[in-house]
Amino acid sequence: MNPAALTLHDAGEKLRKHELSSQELTLAAFQRISETDDKIHAYITLCRDAALEQAKQADERLKRDGSTLPLLGIPIAVKDNFLTRGLRTTCASKILGDFIPPYDATVIKRIRDAGAVITGKTNLDEFAMGSSAENSALFPTRNPWDGERVPGGSSGGSAAAVASDQCIAALGTDTGGSIRQPSAFCGVVGLKPTYGRVSRYGIIAFASSMDQVGPLTKDVRDCALMLEAIAGHDPADSTSADRSVPRYSEALTGDVKGLRLGVPKEYFVTGIALEVEQAVREAIRLLEKNGAAVEEISLPHTEYAVAVYYIVATAEASSNLARYDGMRFGHRAGGKDLLETYMLSREEGFGAEVKRRIMLGTYALSAGYYDAYYLKAQRVRALIKQDFDAAFQRCDAIITPTAPTTAFKIGEKIEDPLQMYLSDIYTISINLAGVPALSLPCGFDANGLPIGMQVIGKHFDESTILRLAYAYEQATEWHRGKPRMED
Amino acid sequence: MKLTREEVRKVATLARLHLTAEEEERLTEQLDAILRYMEKLNQLDTSRVEPFTHAADVVNAFREDKVTNRPNAEALLANAPDKDQTFFRVPKIIE
Repeated sequence: MNPAALTLHDAGEKLRKHELSSQELTLAAFQRISETDDKIHAYITLCRDAALEQAKQADERLKRDGSTLPLLGIPIAVKDNFLTRGLRTTCASKILGDFIPPYDATVIKRIRDAGAVITGKTNLDEFAMGSSAENSALFPTRNPWDGERVPGGSSGGSAAAVASDQCIAALGTDTGGSIRQPSAFCGVVGLKPTYGRVSRYGIIAFASSMDQVGPLTKDVRDCALMLEAIAGHDPADSTSADRSVPRYSEALTGDVKGLRLGVPKEYFVTGIALEVEQAVREAIRLLEKNGAAVEEISLPHTEYAVAVYYIVATAEASSNLARYDGMRFGHRAGGKDLLETYMLSREEGFGAEVKRRIMLGTYALSAGYYDAYYLKAQRVRALIKQDFDAAFQRCDAIITPTAPTTAFKIGEKIEDPLQMYLSDIYTISINLAGVPALSLPCGFDANGLPIGMQVIGKHFDESTILRLAYAYEQATEWHRGKPRMED
Repeated sequence: MKLTREEVRKVATLARLHLTAEEEERLTEQLDAILRYMEKLNQLDTSRVEPFTHAADVVNAFREDKVTNRPNAEALLANAPDKDQTFFRVPKIIE
């Protein structure tokens, strides 16, 4: 077995027992990259030399003091919207040019301190705006299960890299489903933590009231281990929560007895693919058989979530992206005066979807429309959050599909932005409410494409959704499936 | 009410985006369709709902006002499109 196909917990055990070195593991990951990435295009930037140096240091440390650092020697891929000191960061946009960050994001510092080996920076939809990774200004990433299909987005590169064993685990960001939907499409596990659980310092901002960092992994235990490594308060992010970080891996009991699960009826309506519905309902039956109590619940404002999200997220984005003015960093066009320089730099630097969202957000915030769009959306957002608050009075976790379909074809939705937005229908309410949710594999469709199930939890109760997901994973084999990329 | 090209042009200027005639036309059509979809929010009476402010109940996050990062002009200027010694060079702002 190729060591790069190992899970984080198995690889970590082998490293600590000296059955495998970090250098062997890192070389195996780069071997996979060279074999598969000309088809997948998961990575924008590779850092082989730096990674091998980090691996060498990890091996010395393992030999010297038998260190138990949680990520020591583990090759991890990072979405290219995390600032990485000295390592080019593009956000898959032309406007950043060859931006070399002068500092590390807090999460990058944490995984470095935990001993991780960074393999490279993965592709995304430009500024994390998209659901297919097709909006990358560089190139689209392809789904390892079917090269004609999208890997999902925006963390499509990270999901594809994990699915094709080009790394052991990866980091992504999730503003409206950008970790969970590509995880579902690529058959891996992905978690969006509670808003405030993980620091956003050094993450290139998209929509600041919803952006959150999280892991993409090969199984649920890896997901818990990664979250332990990255979660926690950061004085540099005033929205990060000053709460202790539980040992998430200790919540993985394999038992669901007594857990109360809610199944929202609004998530099983027109638009869902039959095979997706069947797989998720089958998973729910299995959890019930294993001792969970299942009841149908209602999240009545679900149908308004897409409209709310694409007002709030674009409004925040239009403000966040005002900083790209071509003055202090990034692309600067030649204009005859200051105004023209701004306008041409942004015209040349931003892609179509980013422009569309800046326009929509600027419109929603502009004089005369603020109350009708932005304020209205924030009022409905309060109702969406109340839906979750009420549901969590009755249940411990909520189960839904992650996406209404499996991976769609490259080019299928790119010309129709509204159709693309509607494909986020099951994931965006979670960001609007700020609650945590993860996606894990729960089956395959007739085309052999992975199906994802979403488990939603209470604020700061990642432990329960990890426990539930782990118990389901233990009872099934879906997570062991691997894409066949050789032919 | 249909979104007009004049409105799109006005918003583009507010957003400091130059648009080609073709972009202007396409965006007018696409934004109009998206804004129409968003009108579904008007089905809800929200007159007695307080707007959302934050996902969790948070209070102000105060900290000591002290410098924790050392200034490093060289690193910060390394990405500048144009610079002069330790300054960013920018187009003339005041006529």
